[in-house]
Amino acid sequence: MPRAASEVATGTLFGVALNYQGLLQSRLEEFQQPPYQKPPVKPVLFIKTPNTRNSDGKTVVFPAGVERLQPGPALGVVFARDASRVREENALDYVLGYVIVNEFSQPEDSYYRPVVSGKCRDGFCSLSSEVIERNLIADPHNLSIRVLVNGEVLQKNSTENLVRSLPQLIAEISDFMTLHAGDVLITGTPEGRVDVQPGDEVVVEIEGLGRLRNTIVAEEA
Amino acid sequence: MKHARIRYQGEIHIVTIEGDNAVRLPNAQVISEHDVEWLPPAEGTMFALGLNYADHAAELAFKAPTEPLAFVKSKGTYTGHNQTTWRPDNVAYMHYECELVAVIGKQARNVKREDALSYLAGYTVCNDYAIRDYLENYYRPNLRVKNRDATTPVGPWIVDAADVPDPSNLKLRTWINGELKQEGSTSDMIFDIPYLIEYFSSFMTLQPGDMIATGTPEGLADVVPGDEVVVEVEGVGRLVNRIVSETEFFANRARV
Repeated sequence: MPRAASEVATGTLFGVALNYQGLLQSRLEEFQQPPYQKPPVKPVLFIKTPNTRNSDGKTVVFPAGVERLQPGPALGVVFARDASRVREENALDYVLGYVIVNEFSQPEDSYYRPVVSGKCRDGFCSLSSEVIERNLIADPHNLSIRVLVNGEVLQKNSTENLVRSLPQLIAEISDFMTLHAGDVLITGTPEGRVDVQPGDEVVVEIEGLGRLRNTIVAEEA
Repeated sequence: MKHARIRYQGEIHIVTIEGDNAVRLPNAQVISEHDVEWLPPAEGTMFALGLNYADHAAELAFKAPTEPLAFVKSKGTYTGHNQTTWRPDNVAYMHYECELVAVIGKQARNVKREDALSYLAGYTVCNDYAIRDYLENYYRPNLRVKNRDATTPVGPWIVDAADVPDPSNLKLRTWINGELKQEGSTSDMIFDIPYLIEYFSSFMTLQPGDMIATGTPEGLADVVPGDEVVVEVEGVGRLVNRIVSETEFFANRARV
């Protein structure tokens, strides 16, 4: 039975950047140069603060004074119990289920030291209403993921292209910090993020999880 | 007044602190600070400032920033006063960072700096430990450096904002095993607390319990298992922490 995200996905929202092969590969050459010097060794992580929480059917504010806004479609993993130092083999035992996440951001030209304002504005992280239980998704690493803007498919990928699988992420992250029951791990946004404008209807679809719909509105003066 | 969160006989209480750090429970019973487990006094998001003291920026070979360099911490990394923090095995450099923390008291959005201090509940202290070995050049400072389990002691308490008349002129000091290692003053901050509240609230809503850790001055040093590390902000509090090995930390946690 699906569980309400508002009840079981109430913890910290942790994001993983650069976790799609196409995205990582496209930047590898640049990642040999300053300021990076070398490609990332461990998962590249960020936090979506609690004020970013948003939900299906709600509006997302396009902030005044900001030039660009992009949806960030992602498979979200919701934890059933605290995962600390778990091994890959049993990592999924700690997972309650999956949600659709749309992790809105202002595009960043650098991964070095992004500003908090790019990802942490109010309402910048939308979650689907239902957490689909883990055992209902046969293979979380083979789900199509699509973004539709005003009904048109503008971004498309599959979780088969994740750089690190869900068990790998959970094992590596829980080595140094506990992923708590209710936390959501946002497992990555594929390459090809699109720009959206006030008035746009943005839908993220993930195979087996349904759809998450939000409407962009301009910030009131 | 000072307010803290503690666990006593298995229950969490919001308490007030009296002379000699005596703890007054909600039922008015007064007990010793040594008989309670100190918890972080707030559990909201922590916005931590990098390189917010000119001397520290120079120490790390950076130019002073022109916009606040902030990163985000989540509650799993907080621990309370008199607790332990683990040094991972096989690392070369783990250092403390003594910081004044402003704790938000009411929802803040688009606040101007002249009104900013009225949005504070008060002040506390944190020790924003970092494991330099794990620093990578992506989303600096990365979570593996700064958001580790129980690696950000916070506390011991929140002092009411009204009891700290001038937060921009407080001495910060750190001792390892009683030896003074770090000394600075909040007067050397690049971006002060009113500026930071205006800055964050200009693009997001700050919530009660959110914290702004305002950065650390120069004077960093390595800490190893067995060290007692004390960070103090004058007029706010003295926060004690003990470093343990990775093995000891996880063995103790397994027993709880």
